Amino acid sequence: MSEALRIDYVLQLADSSLILGQRLGEWVGHAPALEEDLGLANTALDLIGQARLLLTYAGELEGRGRDEDQLAFLREEAEFRNVTLVEQPNRDFGHTIVRQVLFDAYQLELFERLQSSSDGRLAAVAAKAVKDTRYHLRYSGSWLVRLGDGTGESHARVQDALERLWPFTRELFEEQPADLEICARGIGPGLAELRQAWSARLDALLTEATLTRPADAPYRWFGRRGVHSEHLGYILAEMQYLQRAHPGARW
Amino acid sequence: MSTSVATTEPERRAWRMLGDVADPEIPVISVVDLGIVRELHARPDGGIEVGLSPTYSGCPATVVIRERVVQALEQGGFAPVIVREVLSPPWSSDWISTAGRERLARYGIAPPAQAVSSVRALHHAPAPVRCPRCGSARTSEVSAFGSTPCKALHRCEDCREPFEYFKCI
Repeated sequence: MSEALRIDYVLQLADSSLILGQRLGEWVGHAPALEEDLGLANTALDLIGQARLLLTYAGELEGRGRDEDQLAFLREEAEFRNVTLVEQPNRDFGHTIVRQVLFDAYQLELFERLQSSSDGRLAAVAAKAVKDTRYHLRYSGSWLVRLGDGTGESHARVQDALERLWPFTRELFEEQPADLEICARGIGPGLAELRQAWSARLDALLTEATLTRPADAPYRWFGRRGVHSEHLGYILAEMQYLQRAHPGARW
Repeated sequence: MSTSVATTEPERRAWRMLGDVADPEIPVISVVDLGIVRELHARPDGGIEVGLSPTYSGCPATVVIRERVVQALEQGGFAPVIVREVLSPPWSSDWISTAGRERLARYGIAPPAQAVSSVRALHHAPAPVRCPRCGSARTSEVSAFGSTPCKALHRCEDCREPFEYFKCI
C-alpha cells in the first residue's frame, strides 16, 4: 500500500488551510471595521499555522528533504491539492463570510473526526486545530446570521454569494478511489458521513440566517486532484513571488 | 500545571528558571504559568530536554518563546538544550495556573472563564466574563479577536472600561 496516498491526503489538508489563509490575508487593512480586520487576520494566522504543521509532516513523509517553505513556495499550481472553494476571490465582506462558513463547518466536522485518525500525527494536529476551528465558525457563523437576517441589501448579497459558491462544495464530498482507501485505513473519515454532518450543521445556520440552501449543481473543478479554477495561479504568483525572485531568501 | 513531576535537582532548578521566562506578548505571566512547558527531563550528559506546547495554531510568539526557553536554560548551565514540540494533548487555556490567572487579572486581562471543549461554547452561551477592573459580570464582547491571537476585546457595562479577555480554548 503506497505512502503516496497518505502524503497526498496530508497535502490536501495543508493546502486548503494555506490557500485560505493567504486569501484572508488580503483583507488586512481593507476590512469594513477594525474588529473584522482582526477577525479575518487572526483566522488567517491559525490557518497558516495549521498548514505549517501539515506541510512539515508531508515533507517528512515524502523524505526528499523538502520543508514547509519549499512545499509552500516552490510547488506549481497543479501540484497544489487544496479544494477549489478556498481559492475563490474574496469579493465583498459577505461573500468572504459565506465562503468562510462553508469551509469552517467542513473543517470542523473533518478535524473532529481526524482526532481519532489511525495516523497519530494527523490526530494530534487535528486535536489542536479543532479548537481554533470551533472559534472560527463561531465568528463566521454569527456574521452569516447578522447579514442574512439583516437588511434587504445584506440578505441579497449573502444569498447571491451562497448561490455562487455552492457548486464548489460538491468537491468536498465527492468520493474518489483514494478517499475510499484513506477511509478504509482509518486515516480519514468517510465522505458520505462527513457530508451529512456538514449539511446538518450548515442547515441550522442557514435557517437562522433566513437563507435558502441552493440546489446541488454540476461542477467541473477538482482542486484535490490538482485541477484548479483560474484563480489559484494568481494567488501563487503573489504568494511565491519572493522565493521565486530571490531563491532561498530568509528572514 | 505540568504533565511530569520534577524528580531531580537539575530538573527542579530548570523549572525555577523557566518560571522567570516571561511570555513575550503578555510579559506579566511566565511560560510555566501559561502551562506550555509540558515536560523537563535532565540528561546524564548535563543537557536537558524540554517539551513545549504551542498555544494557538497561528501564534507568532511560539518561535520567540522557544528561543527564550533555550536561552534561559543555556545560561543556567544546561547543554545541550533539546526542545520538542508537544502537540498532543493540545494546549488548553485550562492549563493556566491559578497564580497565572491572578496575575492576568491584576494586569487588566480577564482570565478564561470556562473550558471551550464543552459543547456549551458551540451554542453561543459563554459563561459571564468578569471585568478585571470592577469585577462586574455585566460585560459584553466587542470583538471576538483582539490584539493577539489569544485575546478578545470586551467592555464593562458598569464601569464602561474596555478590557481584554484571554480566550478559552
